[in-house]
Amino acid sequence: MFILKLIIRNAFRHKLRSILTIVGVAIAVLAFGLLRTLVGLWYLGAENASATRLVTRNAISLVFSLPISYKERIRQVPGVQGVSWGNWFGGIYIDEKHFFANYAVDPKTYLDLYPEFVLPPDQKKNFFLDRKGCIVGRKLADLYGWKVGDLITLKGTIFPGQWEFVLRGIYKGAEKSTEERVLLFHWDYLNETLRKTVARRADQAGFYMIGVAKPELAAQVSADVDAIFKNSLAETLTETEKAFHMSFISMTEAIMVAIQIVSYMVIVIIMVVAANTMAMTARERIVEYATMKTLGFGLFHIGGAICGESLLISGLGGVLGALLSFPAARWIEVELAQFFPSFSLSPLTIMLELAAALMVGAVAAIFPTWRGATIRVAEGLRRIG
Amino acid sequence: MAENKPPIVDIANLSKAYRRGDQIIPVLRDISFTIAEGEFLALMGPSGSGKSTLLNLIAGIDKADDGIIRIGGVDITRLPEAELAHWRGGNVGFIFQFYNLLPVLTAFENVELPLLLTRLSRRERRMHVEAVLRMVNLADRMDHYPSQLSGGQQQRVAIARAVITDPAILVADEPTGDLDRTSAEEILFLMDRLVHELGKTIIMVTHDPRAAGKAHVVRHLEKGILTA
Repeated sequence: MFILKLIIRNAFRHKLRSILTIVGVAIAVLAFGLLRTLVGLWYLGAENASATRLVTRNAISLVFSLPISYKERIRQVPGVQGVSWGNWFGGIYIDEKHFFANYAVDPKTYLDLYPEFVLPPDQKKNFFLDRKGCIVGRKLADLYGWKVGDLITLKGTIFPGQWEFVLRGIYKGAEKSTEERVLLFHWDYLNETLRKTVARRADQAGFYMIGVAKPELAAQVSADVDAIFKNSLAETLTETEKAFHMSFISMTEAIMVAIQIVSYMVIVIIMVVAANTMAMTARERIVEYATMKTLGFGLFHIGGAICGESLLISGLGGVLGALLSFPAARWIEVELAQFFPSFSLSPLTIMLELAAALMVGAVAAIFPTWRGATIRVAEGLRRIG
Repeated sequence: MAENKPPIVDIANLSKAYRRGDQIIPVLRDISFTIAEGEFLALMGPSGSGKSTLLNLIAGIDKADDGIIRIGGVDITRLPEAELAHWRGGNVGFIFQFYNLLPVLTAFENVELPLLLTRLSRRERRMHVEAVLRMVNLADRMDHYPSQLSGGQQQRVAIARAVITDPAILVADEPTGDLDRTSAEEILFLMDRLVHELGKTIIMVTHDPRAAGKAHVVRHLEKGILTA
């Protein structure tokens, strides 16, 4: 208990120094946790992808569409339980700053493939019946204060013009990670308008969504679908939803790697700063350690006091950083919702934050402990000046 | 003065040198002398004469290059480091010029420090510490931190810490060097009491003639050699 007493009192002997070190560790740990969460979110779409959904697109590029006639041929492939189709609409609400995903889809078949989009039955029915109707996710509705019945206007980019929709339903995600910032409207509405305005672009689907009975069938069904359209004018590339998401992620993988490196560097930097602080502290206390040695105290006590102090300060910084992570994540989730619809810390991230803080303390204690343990008593008692 | 008692400290042919790069600087040259039990010895000499080095060797906190130091019959020059540390804790009391109290511990806790390495219970430790603090007239200051004590009071706490384990010898390196005249007198009086009332053996390094005047024996060191 003497050692514990010494650790606690020494840790706050220089209050300003200790507080600044604790705050420094807290900020580093907070940054580490938030960056880790950001990287995790980037891959979340892929991780949450359904194992029984496939995406079929033009093999050349997603920019090119596929004939709508493909749907019936895809439906005939053994193992296919459901087929839907859609187009990325890319419309703008108010201005470019208010970005959210919007798609033209076949409502019934699409919602059959996305059971995680939970819509009240009456709203679903009204959406099906109204060709100019749309549904949005709960978070999107909350963001703009939309209510069922509201008129929503999107400015077309890929499909020029002002497009008006009547909000017929607001869906909730079945899981916390389900995307709730999407607008879906009738593919038929888009297609009929294109027939009148730009006929050559009509009857084209940007992608097909395919539901399979079991995940094990994904590879075979993908190959079978692509085989049907091989050597056609619009060859297809069919892959799992996860692979489809990963193909987008891989374009930005370098950035994610860079962010991960930065998150580790933040910890290394604070480790160096903490080591410097502990080294200065140990240097100031050499006479005390030498005195303890003359009284008979050995490595266990002296090393324990130094290590304990370092771990206590860094541990407190880690706890503070971990606690601050929650309001910080919440702030990001609210204020930067357009970029991060969900920004929640995982238990693993919190554990890693605390572990990183303790590692900082342990590493910072290495040199001072070695110095305190190996200093010759006579040398340590000698004063300078 | 202690007479007709066997020597508690027996030093024979003691030598010590320091290395500075390629240079070897002799500090003590073939020192031999004895100290009787209950004797108060003052070591005097100019700066760099080797007084503190000799004191450190007797206290077991430095190693000689040559020679023998027997304290209470134990040849400490042959003890390995771990054993020497253990021997030191129970046989030597240290009094430093700058007190060397741990600033985050109270007077009570500083005095209690050496007892933490013994098997005494908490209650027994408390009894010992309170008794020793009464002896140095600081019973009413036991919960004060060093920063709340004067220089003289801090040195009395240091003396209390030095005697708490009833060591065979007390070594004091300039114990009055950082004190004003009045405080220095108090400390010397206390050390005198330790010798006459408790029969302690004290070896003191000092520049202060008044301090040396309290000693039974004064020895002079000059350039590492005992001249008197």
